[in-house]
Amino acid sequence: MVSRASTETELFGLLRGIPDPEVPALDIVELGIVRRVELGPDGVVTVDVTPTYSGCPAMRVIEQEIVAMLCANGHDRVELRTVYSPAWTTDWLSDEAKAKLKAYGIAAPGRAVVDQPLVPLTSAVRHAACPYCGSSNTERKSEFGATACKAIHYCHHCQQPFEEFKAL
Amino acid sequence: MGSIQGGALFEYLLRLGDDRLVLGHRLSEWCGHGPVLEEDIALANVALDLIGQATHFLKLAGQVEGKGRDEDALAYLRDAIDYRNVKLVELPNGDFGRTIVRQFLFDAWSVLLLDGLERAAHSELAGIAAKAHKEARYHIRHSGDWVLRLGDGTEESHRRAQTALDELWPYTGELLAADEVDRVLAGTVAPDPAALEPAWRHVVSDVVRRATLTLPADGYMHSGGRQGRHTEHLGHLLDEMQILARSHPGAKW
Repeated sequence: MVSRASTETELFGLLRGIPDPEVPALDIVELGIVRRVELGPDGVVTVDVTPTYSGCPAMRVIEQEIVAMLCANGHDRVELRTVYSPAWTTDWLSDEAKAKLKAYGIAAPGRAVVDQPLVPLTSAVRHAACPYCGSSNTERKSEFGATACKAIHYCHHCQQPFEEFKAL
Repeated sequence: MGSIQGGALFEYLLRLGDDRLVLGHRLSEWCGHGPVLEEDIALANVALDLIGQATHFLKLAGQVEGKGRDEDALAYLRDAIDYRNVKLVELPNGDFGRTIVRQFLFDAWSVLLLDGLERAAHSELAGIAAKAHKEARYHIRHSGDWVLRLGDGTEESHRRAQTALDELWPYTGELLAADEVDRVLAGTVAPDPAALEPAWRHVVSDVVRRATLTLPADGYMHSGGRQGRHTEHLGHLLDEMQILARSHPGAKW
């Protein structure tokens, strides 16, 4: 008989044990993917999840892992709901989460700004600090990287390519 | 919601989904063929975003329709005549310049439309649009930046970008044309397409001018995509996109 986490705080705690499949340095709660957990009087656990990017292929895996994690802890009736509003933003990442990203070798996102021009001159690009040496003598190579959430940069100081968790 | 507005909303969601599904599929054809590695990755990323957006819009379309069709049924089991995308997105990619110019013309419209939809009265549609809008801002920075570089680049890149702009321009009228569906939803669920036109023209003409390209004059404009009258290219695209789902109905993996 598996023990049953009974309060919503405990359920949140369980979900903190699920790392993001693409950025395992962060768990799905600190990434802001899990928005709400509710334990109904009938024992059904309702979990609200919000997608990071519209086409993020990790979302399905994350949903399966949420169900598996809750099942393994005695909650076999789980309902997942996709919520779109408010739209996920990297501004939800705490300073602690950003520090974890940096330690993992991914530059943390800047503030998500929406008031810049749609097609700015390239000179307006922010120079992300290199997660390895801290230098800002870096160059953005592309706003699109190995996953939807990352951009590609190059550090001229330590001559190392690196990824940035891009602001959204 | 009344049945007239419900029917119009279903049509409208198909348009939003189909534009992005078809363009996303076209962009995915570049995967493994990009001119440089970064562009190969960028075009695949944009394709992924667009197909993801299409998934959400088509899923909602299926719910609004209420006949048990999900996003996969709508994507894989409709024929070309039931697709509601504009012709612009189904045209073959051509060279990299043509792909980029088409993407820029679409992105400039899409980013404005999604911005309007974000404030729409339909909360679920507004939520999907809010997410897609953030992605579209990345897309237009990418395609707009490339229009500047190609137009203001070498003689050859300038020539190709201008040719693409001239050839694609007659397909842009469909983005801004309004019909009965738009009129039923205008102001409540969706922004009025005519209201988007000045802003779209401003964004496009500004980048075209900075790219040292020439904005084509408005002449004959193609139409019909929204009513299911497509070019021959869409059928070939759907053949490839749908063959697996149609050959193995209900397959799971």
